[in-house]
Amino acid sequence: MEKVLTKNIRPEGEPPDLKAYEKAGGYQALRKALGMDPKAITELVKASNLRGRGGAGFLTGQKWSFVPVGKDAPHPKYLVANADEMEPGTFKDRLLLEGDPHQLIEGMIIAARALEADVAYIFLRGEYTLAAQRVRRAIAEGYARGYLSKNILGSGYSLEMYLHISAGRYMCGEETGLLNALEGKRANPRTKPPFPQISGLWGKPTIVQNVETLANLPHIIQNGAEWFKGLSPGQSGGSKLYGASGKVRQPGLWELPMGTPIREILEEYAGGMRDGVKFRGLLPGGASTDFLVEEHLDVRMDFDDVQKAGSRMGTGTMIILDDKTCPVGMVRNLEHFFAQESCGWCTPCWSGLPWAEQTLTAIEEGRGEAHDLEILAHITRWVAPGNTFCALAPGAAEPLQSALKYFREDFERHIKEKRCPWR
Amino acid sequence: MPVAIEKVTVYIEKKPYKVKPHQNMLQTCLSLGFDVPFFCWHPAMGSVGACRQCAVKLYTSERDERGRLVMSCLWPAIEGTRISIQDPEAVAFRANVIEGLMLNHPHDCPVCDEGGECHLQDMTVMTGHDYRRTRFAKRTFHNQYLGPFLNHEMNRCIQCYRCVRFYREYAGGNDFNAFAIRNLVYFGRQQDGVLENEFAGNLVEVCPTGVFTDKTLKQHYTRKWDLTMAPSICVHCGLGCNITAGERYGMLRRILNRYNSEVNGYFLCDRGRYGYEFGNSEKRVRKSLLRQAGQTEVISKDAVINHSAGLFSKDDRVIGIGSARASLEANFALRTLVGPDHFFTGMSDDESCRISAILKVLREGPARTPSLQDIEHSDAILILGEDVTNVAPRMALSLRQSVRQQPLQLAEKLRIPLFLDHAVRELLQDAKGPLFIATPAATRLDDVATATYRAAPEDLARLGFAIAHALDARAPHVPDLSEEVRALAERISHALRDAQHPLVVSGPSCGSEAIIQAAANVARALCTTGHPAGLSFIMPECNSFGLSLMGGKTLNAAFQTVEEGAADSVIILENDLYRRAPAPVVDKFLNTARHVVVLDYLANRTTAKAELVLPTGSFAETDGTLINNEGRAQRFFAVFPPDENIQESWRWLRDMMVIAGRREENSWQTLDELLTAMATTLPALARALEAAPPAAFRMTGAKIPRAPQRYSGRTAILANINVSEPRPPDDPDTPLSFTMEGYPAQAPAAVTPFFWSGGWNSIQATLKYQEEVNGPLRGGDAGVRLMEPAQPNNGSYFMIVPPAFEPRTGEWLLVPLHHIFGSEELSRSAPAVLELAPQAYVALNPDDALQLGVQTGKEITVDLAGTRYRLPVKIRPELPKGVAGLPAGVAPLEGISLPGWSKLSAGQ
Repeated sequence: MEKVLTKNIRPEGEPPDLKAYEKAGGYQALRKALGMDPKAITELVKASNLRGRGGAGFLTGQKWSFVPVGKDAPHPKYLVANADEMEPGTFKDRLLLEGDPHQLIEGMIIAARALEADVAYIFLRGEYTLAAQRVRRAIAEGYARGYLSKNILGSGYSLEMYLHISAGRYMCGEETGLLNALEGKRANPRTKPPFPQISGLWGKPTIVQNVETLANLPHIIQNGAEWFKGLSPGQSGGSKLYGASGKVRQPGLWELPMGTPIREILEEYAGGMRDGVKFRGLLPGGASTDFLVEEHLDVRMDFDDVQKAGSRMGTGTMIILDDKTCPVGMVRNLEHFFAQESCGWCTPCWSGLPWAEQTLTAIEEGRGEAHDLEILAHITRWVAPGNTFCALAPGAAEPLQSALKYFREDFERHIKEKRCPWR
Repeated sequence: MPVAIEKVTVYIEKKPYKVKPHQNMLQTCLSLGFDVPFFCWHPAMGSVGACRQCAVKLYTSERDERGRLVMSCLWPAIEGTRISIQDPEAVAFRANVIEGLMLNHPHDCPVCDEGGECHLQDMTVMTGHDYRRTRFAKRTFHNQYLGPFLNHEMNRCIQCYRCVRFYREYAGGNDFNAFAIRNLVYFGRQQDGVLENEFAGNLVEVCPTGVFTDKTLKQHYTRKWDLTMAPSICVHCGLGCNITAGERYGMLRRILNRYNSEVNGYFLCDRGRYGYEFGNSEKRVRKSLLRQAGQTEVISKDAVINHSAGLFSKDDRVIGIGSARASLEANFALRTLVGPDHFFTGMSDDESCRISAILKVLREGPARTPSLQDIEHSDAILILGEDVTNVAPRMALSLRQSVRQQPLQLAEKLRIPLFLDHAVRELLQDAKGPLFIATPAATRLDDVATATYRAAPEDLARLGFAIAHALDARAPHVPDLSEEVRALAERISHALRDAQHPLVVSGPSCGSEAIIQAAANVARALCTTGHPAGLSFIMPECNSFGLSLMGGKTLNAAFQTVEEGAADSVIILENDLYRRAPAPVVDKFLNTARHVVVLDYLANRTTAKAELVLPTGSFAETDGTLINNEGRAQRFFAVFPPDENIQESWRWLRDMMVIAGRREENSWQTLDELLTAMATTLPALARALEAAPPAAFRMTGAKIPRAPQRYSGRTAILANINVSEPRPPDDPDTPLSFTMEGYPAQAPAAVTPFFWSGGWNSIQATLKYQEEVNGPLRGGDAGVRLMEPAQPNNGSYFMIVPPAFEPRTGEWLLVPLHHIFGSEELSRSAPAVLELAPQAYVALNPDDALQLGVQTGKEITVDLAGTRYRLPVKIRPELPKGVAGLPAGVAPLEGISLPGWSKLSAGQ
């Protein structure tokens, strides 16, 4: 497959500056989009079947269609790029931000045009300092060249763009928590409905979109919906950044057709397991997805396929568990993260996750008790989707509930032997 | 006209119910009488979905057998909604939420002030959770010093966010917040310190458990079940908030809010909640005192009566001075004793003039006085002359909500249910409807004001006149107005005219009749041009309205009567004249009168000068009727019978009438007889009778108990003296009993002594007494309005516009600056309130201070009405040039009449 999102990216080098980006065909899509009716852009994105790359896989065009447009629409409207990549094991947006910031900016201007947005923000994870430098420079170049600000390329359309560097917190990755944080408030999630498309940033219609999703837009505008769908053999269309971390030979990130089988990613691109360790399982798309095991290796990495296998593709960046690593310790580490990052809003999350962490710590340290597994299972059910205010706690439950299913004997051994067998 | 709302059918446990739409299912269930547990939802603050306690099963259709859990507080009651509260999965989930809360809750109920009236206890029992499976250590916090009103015990916190929502979002405070995350969210201040918000005390009731508890209660702690309680009316301002007062062993223990949908709703101000301790003050007059020839002796009740008989030996030589802080009944008894011609209201000429002007305006109409609930629903407001937070605090809380009315229309347009509190706030952000504040100095509502105007009282009045003229050219034109003020008047007139429910708030606090007239003109201009407006006048004291309605001559006239020798004996009812007139004037008056009899409950400078001091009951020991600023007559009931030496004022006065031969021995045995006599004599007050059921009222043949069923130790407390239980005290005046004897069911609102219902031990039991959530109490809220504007209206505009204020050289116009804590007489005797009261000062703007060569804290000389004061300077940058402020009601400035001109000088 031809490289789409990563074609300009030289992993160890500087990203293309504006000149180089333009030379590679950059901002042509923007010129084309500015000549299109905003509704036609949305229709094209709908036709491309582009699904959100942040983890939920919601149809982008459909999401946009809820934003009021036209004369009576409230203004200002906002577009926010969610660059708060804090999902453990996930580093795909970082590559796009550091490696080709103009691609994101062009995608954002196109999206903003479709939505008739007036202001765009890039909400960037605080630790991504290199990305911050590069994105800031690219925005400045965009302004200097007239791709931003008033009357862009004489089209009559105007857009202001700002880089906002997050003060941190996993919750900021949740779109409504992000909006609160952007407003300078606690990063608590918001009641939905109303959705941000109706009442978002400062109460105005807002679209929050993942970096990778936005980066696809110039290519869809330039090459059309059919081309985009044709990039992948699977349902969802397009290419996807897949990653692998853990004790594999070549941990990394690859742009592949959406729907590439897990085994192919693991063996052909990540080079298989390191010598002396055996594969035990993986989290397919970041820490908040269910474990998959040996029997799932032929599953295609696409939203629906992974879901059928009992997990979620999430961000598409896999964390691999091997036989020399304690699964209880791994899950404890993850639950520590999730408990730590609970915003403290709804009871099952702020109360349940620290309880799970305490229980896992006890098991890992040899203080586990017989009914602890029952309690852990209870907590995962208690924080199920719908029971909590947002998706953080249900996500936190996913590695735990699947670990209890696939690695139960390891938990039991910890409790029985009153120690961690891996220590 | 209210549009009839079509009801929708919802199904609960498969049974259909016709319910109001646009409400959430939690509220719907509670209104229908179902018990659904909750924490973060509050009837006045809506839903935010944080605690997850109110989960129920929702079914998509009749055929849906599986359903899914939803939070009932977030789910709208729409046609065909099907839920189950009893579904086992929902039941288990709710118990699990409690288990989750209990992982960290310290289970210290036996030593917790909230124990026995704790919503968390109630909800725990309601969900059936009884066994905690965790074995891990609980998290702990540092507790803060938050001032004299609230204890802070963060370990008990269940993170429901009610406190921070009330404090910041509802009450507008900003020195309190939620800090940190996960199970470590900390609700408090950035550092220890006195909470700044005037409504912070509501956290006692807003907090569902014992994080915020009443610090004054802690000093004389009593469990709710051991309190004898009575329905009462707050006496600390003119709004008449409904309160529940609790007592044990002859001591007043605490005040809680008593819901009244028209008046205070769910909230009180901190003066109202904490002012009560004056009733326990060492300054209480508890025995009858006779002063003769420089000797003071304690005398018996009989001796008092016999002595007072001497006063009445010569007819028409006795005058009576009533009081705006005494009940209608007490004032009427005095008026009857001395005769209407010899009855003086105890208000100064100036004050009397202003209050009478207000009553005349309200009587003539066309604008009607709104209730606090109406005020909350007003959508464009002009405040003329009043620092509302400091003179009628609870109204400020209503006004703070009212600025949301216009922006809320956007939420309705976008079909965002108004009960989704945070969704609505996120949509509206800082959008606020029109609120214009015109006062001499900054107010605590300025942060939500569209515009403020700072000027001397005359200029405030001129702004008002100009607004009226802009609304209706028939109202007088204001000459020589600056372009800026004219533009402001124009702007305000547009905002008021464009509103659905415009409101004008004014009052006598600036000491200006012109302001009152200007406010009346604005309201009249709105009403007569097709914009029905509310007109709310703030009243200085709890019964200013009632006393003025009763009528009587002014205090100055009383001074003159004695000076001229037309009277030689004075009976003063619950009134410290030194707060009404300058000390030399009062001294002269009291020295001139041959006999001075004072009835009061607190010792003061007036009682100190009296020949005879009669101890009377405070609001907590007597019954009576007060009329609030809306014109609503409301009855307060004694919480406990007073000491044997203390009597209700009206009983003392009745006894005097009998001894003076002015009344039959057996007349006025009860309050009802007095009220009936008052109704006959003063038709304007006739309906005060209806403020509460008469003493003969019975519930299923029995009285209404003031003490709860679980009141403990009644038979044990005096056992060291006598093992036989004393007979419960009689209460011939009310349908309430002083003990738990009686019929413990829901009584009419006016005689509901406390909110308590099976399984609902906390103040949240209020919900069980409402016809529906946020509706009136069952059978209707307490109180009757005594005044409606005349129909048809035949009044006219006030035509005399005052000239513009002119600063003088070397002289300043001193205006009163009011303080919620410190300006009001009675609460100054409550230690917690006094702690926050300011010392006397002079407020100046920086230019004037510079001119005088003084800075903050430096003392300057103030010459006022022949008295010289040395007072420290406070800089108030917003004060107009040539205007200085003095704190109202603060020693030694109590009796001075403001506004007034005074020389100020930096030298001695």
